[in-house]
Amino acid sequence: MSDLAFQPHDESPATLASRRAALRGVLRWEVLLLVLLGGTIAFGADVSPYFLQSTNLFYICLNVGEIAIMALPLTLIVVTGEIDLSIASMLGLSGVLMAELFDHGWPIWPAMIAAVALGGVLGAFNGFLVTRLGLPSLAVTIGTLTLYRGIAQGILPTDTIGGFPAHLSSIGVVPIPGTHLPYSIAFFGALAIVFAVVLHATPLGRAIFAIGASQEAAFFAGIRVKRIKFWLFVLSGLLSGFAGVLWSLRFASARYDSAIGMELFVVTTVLLGGISIFGGRGTIAGVVVAVAVLGCLQTALTADRIPAQDQNIVVGTLLVASVIVPNGAELYRRARARMRSVVARRHAAAAAHAEGQ
Amino acid sequence: MTTLAEEQQVVAPRASTHTIAELVFRFRELGIVLALAIVVVATTIDNHRFLSSESVKNLLSSAAIIALLAIGETIVIITRNVDLSIGSVLGISAYAAGVLYQHHPHVSIVLVFLLALGIGAACGVVNGAVVTVARVPSLVVTLGTLYVIRGVDGAWAGGNQVNASMLPTSFNRIGYGTVAGVPYLGIIAIVAVAIATYAMRSFRTARDFYAIGSDPEAARLAGIPVGSRVFLAFVLSGSIAGLSGAVWLSYYGSVDAIAGVGYEFQVIAAVVVGGVAIFGGSGTILGAALGALLLNTINSALVVVNVSSFWSSAVSGALLVGAIAFDRLVAVRLAPALRRRRRARV
Repeated sequence: MSDLAFQPHDESPATLASRRAALRGVLRWEVLLLVLLGGTIAFGADVSPYFLQSTNLFYICLNVGEIAIMALPLTLIVVTGEIDLSIASMLGLSGVLMAELFDHGWPIWPAMIAAVALGGVLGAFNGFLVTRLGLPSLAVTIGTLTLYRGIAQGILPTDTIGGFPAHLSSIGVVPIPGTHLPYSIAFFGALAIVFAVVLHATPLGRAIFAIGASQEAAFFAGIRVKRIKFWLFVLSGLLSGFAGVLWSLRFASARYDSAIGMELFVVTTVLLGGISIFGGRGTIAGVVVAVAVLGCLQTALTADRIPAQDQNIVVGTLLVASVIVPNGAELYRRARARMRSVVARRHAAAAAHAEGQ
Repeated sequence: MTTLAEEQQVVAPRASTHTIAELVFRFRELGIVLALAIVVVATTIDNHRFLSSESVKNLLSSAAIIALLAIGETIVIITRNVDLSIGSVLGISAYAAGVLYQHHPHVSIVLVFLLALGIGAACGVVNGAVVTVARVPSLVVTLGTLYVIRGVDGAWAGGNQVNASMLPTSFNRIGYGTVAGVPYLGIIAIVAVAIATYAMRSFRTARDFYAIGSDPEAARLAGIPVGSRVFLAFVLSGSIAGLSGAVWLSYYGSVDAIAGVGYEFQVIAAVVVGGVAIFGGSGTILGAALGALLLNTINSALVVVNVSSFWSSAVSGALLVGAIAFDRLVAVRLAPALRRRRRARV
C-alpha cells in the first residue's frame, strides 16, 4: 500500500509532496532555534527591564565568550562522530600554566603563548590516544578530564595567582572601543566565519561530514580519517588553551578549578545547535544561534535571581531535550510506519479471507 | 574482548592448550593483586605506619564505597553504555537520608535505606527510560542528569548541612563499626561484590548484559530484549548508587549539597583499571572492586609518602588512561594469536 493511501482524496500527491517539503523547510532545526531565541529574549525582557539594553548585551556576550570559542572545534569533533569532554580541564590547566609562568617571572606574552601551546599538546595527547591507539574518545576524554584537572590541582592546589598587567586583564572586562562587544565574542565571530567556510565550503569540510556519515566509506574514499581527527583534537586543545587565557584575563586570576564542569555547557551548545550526536549532520550557523540562546538564557535566569546551581538543571534538561526532540520525530515516524504496516497486513488478511469465501 | 571470554570458556577444559591469551586474561585480577601488594609493601617500607590498623580501616572503608558504586557502573559499562550520574545520585540520596533523620530522629534504619534505594532507583529509571525509549546515547543522558540531579540536590539543600549529631548512633556505627578489625563497610562491600560476581557469572539476565555489550545487533537478533535489559542495568546502577548514598552518610556523618561530587570519575577509573572493557561485553565485578581497592590504596599511599593529596585526581585520570591504553595494546597483540587458534580449531 502506498504512502499516500490514507490521505484525503481531494489532494493530489504532487501538491502534498511539495507542501511537505515546504513544511520540512520551515521546520528546520535552525528555525526552531530562532523561535527559542525569541522566546528566551522575551522571557529576559519580561523579568528585567534592563535585559534589552546594550550594556546587558555586553555581559551576555562576556558570559558565553569562552563557551562559544570551545564549541566551534567541538562541533567539528562531534560531526566526525567523536567527543571531547576534556575541554574545560584543558582550559583550567592552560590558565594555571600561564599564571605559574607569569608568577615565575615570564613576561605575559610568552606565558600566554605557552598556555595556548600547552592546550595544543594536551589536545594532541587526546588525539594520539583516539586515532593511533584506536581508543574510544569518550573513555579517553573522561580520563584526561580527570587527569588534566588533577594536574592543575596538583600544581596550584589552593592558591589563586593574579596580578596580570592591567592593560591585558582589562580586555576581559571592557568592550572593544566604540562597540558593546567584548573581545572574546569578537574572536568567536571571526573564528565562526572561518569554521563555517571550512566546514561548509571546502573539501576538508566535506571530508569531515563524510567521516561522520560513515568512517569506513570515508576511509575507502581516500580520506585521511585518522589524520583529520587527530588535528581536530589538537585544534580543540589549542582553542581551549586560548579560552583558558581569556578566562584568566577576565577574572584577572587563575585557579585550578576554573570553568570546572563547563563541558556541560559546551556540549549542550553543540547539540542544541543541531549537531547530531551520532555524527555527520549539523551546521555552524545552528551552533552560533545556540550560543545566543544559551547566553540569553543564562543571563535571563540570573536576572530572575535563579542561582547558578539551579541553572544547571535547566541546561542539563536542555542537553537531553536537544537530542530527544529530533529523535522524537524519528520515533514518531517509525511508530507510524509500524501502525501502517499492521493496518496494511490486516487489510490484506481481510481481502484474502474474502477471496477464500 | 568478548571473543576472549568465549575463547576461554570453550578452551578451558583442555588444560594442555594454555596459551598466552588465557594467561593474560586471567592475569588481570592477579595483576591488580600484584600491583596492590607492591604498593603496600613499598609504602610500608617507607613508613611502617601505613599498615597500622587505623589506616587499613580507613582505607577499606573509603574503598568500600567506591567498590559498591563500581558494581553498578560495571553492569552499565558491560552493556556498552556509561552512567556519569552516580556521584550525583549518591549525593541526593545521602542528603535525603540525612534530612529524614533530621526531621524524624527515631525512624528505623531499614526505612532510611529504603528511601535511599528508592531515590536511586527513580534516578536510574529516568536514565534508563531516556536511553532506551527515547534512544538518546547514555553519555548525553547521564551527563545531563549528572548536573540536573546535582542541581535538584543543591536547590533542595541550599546551605543546609546535616551533622553527625542529628544522626542516631546506631546508624553512625554502620560507618565506623568493626568486626575483628574489619570495618562493617568492608564486609558490606565484600558480600555485595561476592553476590554480584556470582550473579554476573550465573544468571541468564546477567549473561544477556555481556551479549548486548559484545554486539547489540546480534543480541537483538538472538532474541534478547535489549531495551529492557539496558533499562534494568541503569535501574540497578541507580539503586546501588542510592544505597551507597546511605552508606556514605553513615561513614562521613555529615552531608550537604556537594556530597559525592566527582565520584563518577573515580568509579569509572576503578572499573576500567579493574579490566572491564570500556567497549562493553567483558569484565568482572571482582576486577572492578579490586580496581577500586587499588586506586584507594595508591591515593592513601601518596599521602603517606608525602605527596600532596591534591594529586590524587591526577593519579586516577592517569590510571584510567593507562588502563584503556594497556587493554588496547594487549588486544592488538593477542588478535593474531587468537585468529590462528580459531583457524586451528575449525
